[in-house]
Amino acid sequence: MKRTSMIIITAVMAAFFFCVNQAWAGNIVIKGSTTVLPIAQKVAEAYMSQMPDVKISLSGGGSGNGIKALIDGSTDIADSSRFIKDKEVTMAVEKGRYPVPFAVAYDCIVPVVHPSNSTVNLTVSRLKSIYKGEIKNWREVGGPDRVVVVISRDTSSGTYEVWEQKVMDKERVYAGALLQASNGAVVQAVSSNKNAIGYIGLGYLDDSVKALPVNRIKGSEETTLNGTYPISRPLYMFTAGWPQGDVLNFINFVMNPEKGQKYVKEAGFVPLF
Amino acid sequence: MFNTATYKDIFRKGKSRRSREQIIRFLFFAIALASIITLALIVVFLFMEGLPIFSKVSVKAFLFGHYWYPTDDPPEFGIFALIIASIAVTGVSSIMSIPLGVLTALFLAETASARLREIVKPIVELIASLPSVVIGFFGMVVVAPFLQEVFDIPVGLNLFNASLMLAFMSIPTICSISEDAIFSVPVELKEASLALGATHWETIWRVVIPASISGISTGVILGMSRAIGETMVVLMVAGGAAMVPSSIFDPVRPMPASIAAEMAEAPFRGDHYYALFATGIVLFFFTLIFNMVADYISNRYRQVGAATL
Repeated sequence: MKRTSMIIITAVMAAFFFCVNQAWAGNIVIKGSTTVLPIAQKVAEAYMSQMPDVKISLSGGGSGNGIKALIDGSTDIADSSRFIKDKEVTMAVEKGRYPVPFAVAYDCIVPVVHPSNSTVNLTVSRLKSIYKGEIKNWREVGGPDRVVVVISRDTSSGTYEVWEQKVMDKERVYAGALLQASNGAVVQAVSSNKNAIGYIGLGYLDDSVKALPVNRIKGSEETTLNGTYPISRPLYMFTAGWPQGDVLNFINFVMNPEKGQKYVKEAGFVPLF
Repeated sequence: MFNTATYKDIFRKGKSRRSREQIIRFLFFAIALASIITLALIVVFLFMEGLPIFSKVSVKAFLFGHYWYPTDDPPEFGIFALIIASIAVTGVSSIMSIPLGVLTALFLAETASARLREIVKPIVELIASLPSVVIGFFGMVVVAPFLQEVFDIPVGLNLFNASLMLAFMSIPTICSISEDAIFSVPVELKEASLALGATHWETIWRVVIPASISGISTGVILGMSRAIGETMVVLMVAGGAAMVPSSIFDPVRPMPASIAAEMAEAPFRGDHYYALFATGIVLFFFTLIFNMVADYISNRYRQVGAATL
């Protein structure tokens, strides 16, 4: 009697450990850019609900940290909002890891103003002057005679990063700019202030604000993908060497227009297809 | 026989009661200790995560630097504008909340009828329980456009709007603590004053307020420390521009707003992260000072019985 119960207990425990092992068998670690994080999060959730025995652990920390983790082997996938630097490639190759880039989405940032604003177009250099605090009245850029209220994003957001790269060209947004904590907050602030200008990810655009063309090109999925719209950038996932097994499956899932790319759009970014 | 048994019983009961007493005492001590240790650990953590920034920036440059560009290359960590913003927001909100809070308390305790008091006091206390995000949203969606229209200013998300919302939040605190203090002024004092021929107003001004000043001050300071530490409201309605304001309609960026907005995206244990924790230390000192002042006042002017006056 005692013996049988012992056997049963052992069997149950063995089965339990086996299950646990199974669950941990497919383990994907993703680290890196906080810009790519919302995409990775949505896609990872969808992927895990389809493949219950694959565990994905996800963390932010910035593009640089993600690539650093890829170089020292502590992550399977590094999310990055920029292309890998030459120095980083050299370091990775020294450690025997060949970083492979996958562009998974595009980030497109559009300047927005209040719907009553009659300004029709802004060039990148005008945008820069506005954000440096040099242009103080809408009249100077062909708009109504009103003060310009500059709305920017918190300096650690990915959206700000694009703006800083593509518009500000290493110069600072002036200190008098209002900083909002999210795309939604910028839309809210611009829609309730007829003097305001802000910038948001294309996915957050709605009728309460007016998107301005930049260099006479309207920001859209089409102009982003054909490269004519100036304020956009691709977002990457890097793997060490050509991906295999679960990581390959996951990357395929991300790139699939029916699956991963659907979530890219949901997260407010421009899908590849 | 019978008697000895009873004595033994009583003796045993006494013993078990004593040990039970001890266990309970120990339990309470342990609980008190646990919460104090937790608090102490949080403070230690705050300092551990904040102090490393001072190996990169001097304390003076950090506190008095005018530029807050934490993600630039090279970064600049100067929180002077943030400190000024916090002080300005708290100051302007106190100008509004102290008179309103204290006068409401006086009205409720002294002039209002018992029935009115019973209706109004719970309502005031209910305002205190409004979630700050709701107040922030109200400020953003309703008050900001309203201010823009009425004062014809370029932007409604500014120091004044934030102060208004903070005042709204600290009035209940000030009012309810002051009201308790005023209400508990011994009735003999008032009776004596009235009996000597003083009017109701003279009694309030010369007797009731001096007698309850410690409670009122405690309420005021707790209300102010609520305002300086409040995060959500200032994050939503203060505008967020990291510059020293030149008018009350300028957008500002108080310390809690800066910490809340940037912490999520600051690289873990990077300079920016340390700088945000160091900002937290500064904020901690502000609220600590407020609480110490409140404590001092409530001890210094503590009313001992009816005889102190």
